[in-house]
Amino acid sequence: MKVLVPIKRAVDYNVRVRVKNDGSGVELNGVKMSVNPFDEIANEEALRLKEKGVVTEVVVATIGVAKAEDQLRSELARGADRAIHVVADQDIQPLQAARILKKLVEDEGIDLVLMGKQAIDDDANQTGQMLATLLGWPQATFASKVEIEGQTARVDREIDAGIETLEVDLPAVITADLRLNEPRFIKLPDIMKAKRKPLDKRELGDFDIDVPTLEVTETRPPSGREPGRMVKDVDELIATLKDKGLV
Amino acid sequence: MSEERDVMEFDLLVVGAGPAGLSCAIHAKQLNPELNVCVLEKGATVGSHILAGAVIEPGPLEELLPNWKDNAPEVCVPVSRDEIRMMSAQGSFKFPIVPPQMNNHGNYIVSLSSLTQKMAEAAEELGVEIYPGFPARMPLYNEAGEVIGVRTGDMGVDKDGNPKDGYTPGMDLHAKLTVFAEGARGSCSKQLVAKYGLDAQADPQTYGIGIKELWQLPPGRTEPGLVMHTMGWPLDNKTYGGSFVYHLEDDKLAIGFVVGLDYEDPHLEPFEKFQEFKNHPHIKPLLEGGEIVSYGARAIVEGGWQSLPKMEMPGAALIGCGAGTLNVPKIKGVHQAIRSGMEIAKQFHEKASAEGFDARVREGAIGAELKRVRNIRPSFHWGLWVGLMISGLETLFAGLLPYTLRNRADHSALKKVSTHKPLTPGNRDLPPRDRLSAVYFAATEHDEDQPVHLRVEDTNICVTRCAEEYDNPCTRFCPAKVYEMVEVDGAKQLQINAANCVHCKTCDIKDPYQIINWVTPEGGAGPNYQLM
Ligand SMILES: Cc1cc2nc3c(=O)[nH]c(=O)nc-3n(C[C@H](O)[C@H](O)[C@H](O)COP(=O)(O)OP(=O)(O)OC[C@H]3O[C@@H](n4cnc5c(N)ncnc54)[C@H](O)[C@@H]3O)c2cc1C
Ligand code: SF4
Repeated sequence: MKVLVPIKRAVDYNVRVRVKNDGSGVELNGVKMSVNPFDEIANEEALRLKEKGVVTEVVVATIGVAKAEDQLRSELARGADRAIHVVADQDIQPLQAARILKKLVEDEGIDLVLMGKQAIDDDANQTGQMLATLLGWPQATFASKVEIEGQTARVDREIDAGIETLEVDLPAVITADLRLNEPRFIKLPDIMKAKRKPLDKRELGDFDIDVPTLEVTETRPPSGREPGRMVKDVDELIATLKDKGLV
Repeated sequence: MSEERDVMEFDLLVVGAGPAGLSCAIHAKQLNPELNVCVLEKGATVGSHILAGAVIEPGPLEELLPNWKDNAPEVCVPVSRDEIRMMSAQGSFKFPIVPPQMNNHGNYIVSLSSLTQKMAEAAEELGVEIYPGFPARMPLYNEAGEVIGVRTGDMGVDKDGNPKDGYTPGMDLHAKLTVFAEGARGSCSKQLVAKYGLDAQADPQTYGIGIKELWQLPPGRTEPGLVMHTMGWPLDNKTYGGSFVYHLEDDKLAIGFVVGLDYEDPHLEPFEKFQEFKNHPHIKPLLEGGEIVSYGARAIVEGGWQSLPKMEMPGAALIGCGAGTLNVPKIKGVHQAIRSGMEIAKQFHEKASAEGFDARVREGAIGAELKRVRNIRPSFHWGLWVGLMISGLETLFAGLLPYTLRNRADHSALKKVSTHKPLTPGNRDLPPRDRLSAVYFAATEHDEDQPVHLRVEDTNICVTRCAEEYDNPCTRFCPAKVYEMVEVDGAKQLQINAANCVHCKTCDIKDPYQIINWVTPEGGAGPNYQLM
């Protein structure tokens, strides 16, 4: 079974994101970029399935700037077998990404797509669902446990009421939630080996991404919190709360 | 845990991807492209643990990478004007002339964390293997007592020292020569200095703590390229230190404050002094209405010529601020760090060993620059005014006066709490409110379930002697509020909030009993500095 793990280069989760002064987007200048954490989890799951003998090959793919090769190399170092880089300098929206991924799935003869439930930059949470629809495959989103037996995948999802278990026929699209697993640490010699693993570059022009897109009109930071005020004692606290009509 | 560890062999192994380590790796490859060169870096990315002003002298960088400006760091502004001010509580006095060592004509204001990223790109193009996220935990020795490499830190160990699910033991890296470029107060370097007695012929090393913030200001307020330094207030005349205020492009401002760690008053809080300074009537209007983008702190090495340890030992060498090559009156260490990196690369190329490196540094450009200014920093032991006077004389005679002032260890300078009155907090209302809200802007991160990387040998002293003698100065000198005295069941005890640590190394230096040992945490942990 061949698995495709799409990954995205996103602002690192530790970074304090700042909106640019002119409101045209968030500041990416000199900002640390990493693999979207949900995608690391998806790759880890694919690797575990490979270690169990269920999966034969793990292919990681990204659509993004030239520098996104760093993120592909890091997932190759984690253990993926090879990588595909669709080089794109422009912003790619979920439907466009889904179209590109659909073609990769077809070109590569993929049997299972394991991907993050969403990217932590735009939090769109759409690409996996759109890809499944375009492919006409079943989908199991927000997976917190994945078991594969023969041609079915049994997937646990954490929902408000508890755990829901789905069974889907393969091929399918499964998107990973935070608690699916804890990705392994990358070992130093594996980083070195990853430099020699195959990485194919594909051009954006090979894909049909001519679809209507959304336009971002403005980006604003959340409005700041009112500064607090120190009160001397409980009496003053109650008086202030009353004053503001809060009690 | 004693298990079989993987071993990798290199020709040249460099610990630390700062300007010193990267220059060494780059130049080694330039001299011999066949060499197998590896650089380890504890930060999650190159530059994420690097913090400096930084106004750099471009000479050595130009020599190393003549085209460095084609791939310039994110911040790179030619200095347009220098200003030096003596501050008092309400006013300030601008020096009519700028002393030669403070003249920055021809220099550049850069983000050093960004510059090191660019240098790392250049190194990788030459075939250097750089591994961010892999700290050197300890030096490794052979039976003959020579350094043969380092062991990297274990990953996935819980807070009690037991292996967790993803436990991954560190590995051993061996090399013909290991170069330690860990910057000020390196944790491996500290072990090496002790083991080989590298400081036997030198004065103790001395340091300052530098705290820095990067601000985004309302449009039109800055004068890009303006470099301002101040002395005096809010420090008293006995305490060495001052501020730096660098005007960048795009309405950004780098502002910071350095306090010599030979300060005497145990009540002193370097962070508070910095915040007071920002609220001075001359400075506040610049910042008001702006927002803070980044915060961080780092020790800066100040011992100079007298404190320079022997820079070589069997199988290894110390370079850059890990040895102490910084020029203090200029507050510049980058050009000297680059020189020392290139020098060890030449040494390795010519001799294939570290033997003779120490003499080479002392007799070369690095030593000459340090020797000339050797008496300026120690003259401030007698206070600001004597310091300024002697500095003037020393500058006039270009360091040729036939005496050398001595340095003493910073931790020994701290006086008992009984000899000093508590400090009254200064007026301030600019953000950040306190150290915790500041540390948020360092984006520092440590997995909480790992052994505490600030090893305190004896926490009894904290509640007995230290509480009485110094009132626990660690709770004040740490710029990230890692140390707190808390009450548990009616008894005081030390609490270490290790996850906040920004790796400045101040505690390791200033703790009066020298029982705090900073060791490397899990790889990739620590601050995530942007544009610092
Ligand atoms: C506030 C401040 C302002 C300054 N301003 C200026 C200025 O304006 N101009 C100037 O020229 N200089 C300035 N300096 C000094 C300058 O920062 C240093 O001289 C310079 O960074 C030294 O370079 P280095 O490579 O020796 O060490 P560093 O830059 O400190 O680099 C050391 C690197 O090694 C890594 N490391 C450490 N230990 C380990 C380990 N065990 N394993 C793996 N990696 C490790 C660190 O994470 C770091 O990346 C300033 C310093 C400070 C603190
Ligand atoms: S714990 Fe020590 S090294 Fe860490 S931030 Fe505080 S003083 Fe610096």
